[in-house]
Amino acid sequence: MREGEFFGLLGPDGAGKTTLISIIAGLNRADAGSVSVHGHDVVSDFRQARQQLGVVPQELVFDPFFTVRETLRLQAGYYGLRRNDAWIDEVMHHLDLSAKADANMRSLSGGMKRRVLVAQALVHKPPVIVLDEPTAGVDVELRQGLWQFVRRLNRDGHSIVLTTHYLEEAEAHCQRIAMLKDGRIVALDTTRNLLGSFSGLEFRVHLDRESLPAGVPGRVIEADGGQFRLRLANHLELEAALARLREAGASIREMEVHPPDLEEVFLRLTGRAS
Amino acid sequence: MTRFATLWHKELLRFFKVSVQTVAAPVLTALLYLVIFGHALEGRLQVYEGVRYTSFLVPGLVMMSVLQNAFANSSSSLIQSKITGNIVFVLLAPISYLEFFAAYVLAAVVRGVVVGAGVLLVTVWFVELRLEAPVWVLAFALLGAALLGTLGLIAGLLSDKIDQLAAFQNFVIMPLTFLSGVFYSIHSLPPFWQRLSHANPFFYMVDGFRYGFFGVSDFPPVASLAIVAAFLLVVSFVNLALVKSGYKLRS
Repeated sequence: MREGEFFGLLGPDGAGKTTLISIIAGLNRADAGSVSVHGHDVVSDFRQARQQLGVVPQELVFDPFFTVRETLRLQAGYYGLRRNDAWIDEVMHHLDLSAKADANMRSLSGGMKRRVLVAQALVHKPPVIVLDEPTAGVDVELRQGLWQFVRRLNRDGHSIVLTTHYLEEAEAHCQRIAMLKDGRIVALDTTRNLLGSFSGLEFRVHLDRESLPAGVPGRVIEADGGQFRLRLANHLELEAALARLREAGASIREMEVHPPDLEEVFLRLTGRAS
Repeated sequence: MTRFATLWHKELLRFFKVSVQTVAAPVLTALLYLVIFGHALEGRLQVYEGVRYTSFLVPGLVMMSVLQNAFANSSSSLIQSKITGNIVFVLLAPISYLEFFAAYVLAAVVRGVVVGAGVLLVTVWFVELRLEAPVWVLAFALLGAALLGTLGLIAGLLSDKIDQLAAFQNFVIMPLTFLSGVFYSIHSLPPFWQRLSHANPFFYMVDGFRYGFFGVSDFPPVASLAIVAAFLLVVSFVNLALVKSGYKLRS
């Protein structure tokens, strides 16, 4: 991963995303190999490595003994920082937590607790921020606010590592993506290249007849009455398909063309394509 | 230093915030022991020359409270953090295993000493108590609390569930405390049980602690202190090795 990058880690359940993050964060130990954060090995130079990292865990964990502000002050102290209330206030402000600063953690809603987890990961201004499924179970409003804040952090120079199930989130935010399957990387490229490497189109068309005229290019994925879903290689094939339909005298009632999305890339790479 | 101090501070806050449960309750329990055993046995038992039974009992109850609460503090804090998952906040931070160990054990020492002092403060109004050698009192209280805090941390590390921890408490800590001579002098026991009591580390803590009050003991206090210190050293070593390896903390 490169400095300042917004990096996505995708994969199905059990692919090893959280395990990988746990190894980076020092929560798990790797059976083999090594990991370093900004040049600091996560085992032999754990102090420096962990100082560089802010991890937002996937589970909604909290300590019921403390208020939001106490939680954040303690977390800052664990990183060797005393009296950084100015930054704590700023983080709380950006995450809309200021009004809840003195509320006990127990009294917060799930979404609010998630925000505190994000704030905890940021108290020591880490250059690398790891978000493990940050939007799981989070409402739309918070999701938007969270992404705005994370993008801002990325613009300010923080490197972001994101794991997510939601491919559209990765597509929208990540510059580069690694796809994991069974603990191995099956693809590692820029989001644009990954999408570009599958330049296929999905052509959905509703005709006035039940059978598709012969000679229409592409592969039929689905045919239901007069509705057809075809996989085409590119826009030239699309043009040819339309010309063939016209020739055959078929009239088009409705049509849609879908560009490739990450989901498709993902399914093909992980071997689950239809 | 800030890292250790913060974790220590957090551990102290944790029990101070619920001090009714963590300080007041054990003080009340000790007071009940004093009332019941004192009433039942006063005048029937004389352990040391010129020392009333209730006076003999108080230092034992104080030490018992110190030990049990030191154990309870580190063990329950750790198991709760493990079960709720919030231990992750400490594990993610650049806190060394030594800082982790010291913070938990020293917080347990504070809890033990605070509860012990509370028991002493409450009971001292009802019984006559001498204080012959306060340095011994302090030394045994601190070492004993540290030993039990360390044992508590080990129990918390080894346990995955509250009932495993409770088993440790009920089948190891409780019998060892009750059989340590809190309520009697081991000299009143048959020879076999006297010898067996010498294998119980808790006996040396209670006996040495009591020496600080009356200047009399069943066993030489210097030897007791050395034995307690040796136990503390061994148990700390085991504990540090466990924390360093990340046993049941980091997989």
